[in-house]
Amino acid sequence: MIEFQAVTKQYPDGTVAVDSLDITVEDGQITVFVGPSGCGKTTSLRMINRMIDPTGGSILLDGKDIRESDPPLLRRGIGYVIQHAGLFPHRTVLDNVATVPLLTGTSKRDARKKAAELLELVGLDAGFAKRYPAQLSGGQQQRVGVARALAADPPVLLMDEPFSAVDPIVRDDLQQQLLRLQSELDKTIVFVTHDIDEAIKLGDKVAVFRVGGRLAQYDTPSALLAKPADEFVSSFVGRDRGYRALGFLTASGVPVGPLATVKVGEPRGTTEGWTVAVDADNKPLGWVSPDAAEEGTVSADGLVSGGSLFEVDSTTSGTAGSLRNALDSALSSPAAVGIAVDKEGAVVGGVTADKVLAALAEARRSGEVPT
Amino acid sequence: MNVDWPWPWLPRNIDDIVEATGEHLYLALLPVLVGLLVSIPLGWAASRWGWARLILVPLAGVLYTIPSLALITLVPLVLGTKIIDPLNVQVPLAIYTVALLVRSISDALIAVPGDVTAAATAVGYRPFRRFLTVELPLAIPVIVAGLRVATVSAMSLASVGALIGIGGLGGLITEGFKRNNAVEMVVAILLIVLIALVIDALLLLAGKAITPWTRARRAVVKP
Repeated sequence: MIEFQAVTKQYPDGTVAVDSLDITVEDGQITVFVGPSGCGKTTSLRMINRMIDPTGGSILLDGKDIRESDPPLLRRGIGYVIQHAGLFPHRTVLDNVATVPLLTGTSKRDARKKAAELLELVGLDAGFAKRYPAQLSGGQQQRVGVARALAADPPVLLMDEPFSAVDPIVRDDLQQQLLRLQSELDKTIVFVTHDIDEAIKLGDKVAVFRVGGRLAQYDTPSALLAKPADEFVSSFVGRDRGYRALGFLTASGVPVGPLATVKVGEPRGTTEGWTVAVDADNKPLGWVSPDAAEEGTVSADGLVSGGSLFEVDSTTSGTAGSLRNALDSALSSPAAVGIAVDKEGAVVGGVTADKVLAALAEARRSGEVPT
Repeated sequence: MNVDWPWPWLPRNIDDIVEATGEHLYLALLPVLVGLLVSIPLGWAASRWGWARLILVPLAGVLYTIPSLALITLVPLVLGTKIIDPLNVQVPLAIYTVALLVRSISDALIAVPGDVTAAATAVGYRPFRRFLTVELPLAIPVIVAGLRVATVSAMSLASVGALIGIGGLGGLITEGFKRNNAVEMVVAILLIVLIALVIDALLLLAGKAITPWTRARRAVVKP
């Protein structure tokens, strides 16, 4: 647990970067510090491992004031990932990852062995071990950065805008990987970003900072979307927050209706309206338009591409995707019916927008939606 | 001038030539090594503090402009060394090396990317170890380039020592001049050029050998 107690950072020129910050970061969770530039989020992060020392207040790590720790020793127990990875250009990928174990006195052999395990954990092929950072793409470098931060198995991980310099597809990949790693490792992660979507996607708790280093709101992502504390937070959270809030509600209450399907290669037969074309495994390939000729067989060529898919877990009824997934599948479908699929991707039925909205109304009535 | 075929002279004096060459290397290389060891902390200071840079870099420039002969004759007065002490040549050469290297070392250290040093601090390096194992290695290519210039210039400057009676290959040049022996002079000059080129090449190769990352292919490698 990391506790900020009335932490203030004022620079000699009078600028206040962080103003009397009180916040408690829970163990085993991802806590995101988010805010516009100049809001003190990075300064706050860097005060945790004493890269910056506060001018007022104190920070406790597991109950112990961090000022009692020798900074280099403190830092070896706290993983740190920065924006451009900050890899050592003169060391191979493997030796970059082995840095902290070597610093703490692990033998070179054991440190490298540990480093090789971590490369695998972050999804890098063993072939990368002997390469230098300059030979890696931005996304690969960032994976190495995460592996390096994890090498000494620190309980706390600080991440300073780690994914903001990579392209959106790679970023999505890295975010998914972080969530996957976290579900296995249960670290206490403090993650800094200026991207509210990233904050909502990754955070168990999100702290919104405002310019001048003051905390505007500290809440779960769903509460942040549903009940922004003030005008600043609501404008920072941005447009479509009502829609995005649906992402935190399960769609288990949405009834999945019947959906006409036809296998590719078979005659269309008597089905009317939009029909889903499926392959031999009943996986959706696209839509057959109502205008399509009734004669002949359905071919994969003449299909209208479908919208997003809504995944329901039909084996254990009751678990399903979010209302956002369900609504989006309906809205993005040419037939106004979202295709519901099971875990294997086979079509199980269709969902419509009005059913999703009805489920939302039900959730409101039962108090599942914070109002 | 007696332009003689080198054969009768060269084999006869081979021992003297070898000895003069060894002496020349000792005269020129030791100061470069000492100069390097002195410039690293000075270059570090100049990269660390603005005021140190403001003093050290212009001072280095001024030192380098002092004529070598003046410096060589001044050293015995300042250090109280005997007039034919090798230090009279080696101290000025070390000064020239420092003058050449301080600026490039400080520039190279300043050029180490901020996120690399920040990352080194954040993973728990203490400042001294960070300097030795992260910042200094990254400055090696620039240091080697400076060192090559310093070594080659030390090779030629060391011969000036002959003017105040300190040997090396420069001694052969003055001796040949006095004895009207062009062969002796030419052999000495060629040897100076040759060992300068050889040492320059060795430094180049050694520099490459210890910085394999600079040749790592820039292209992104797909697994």
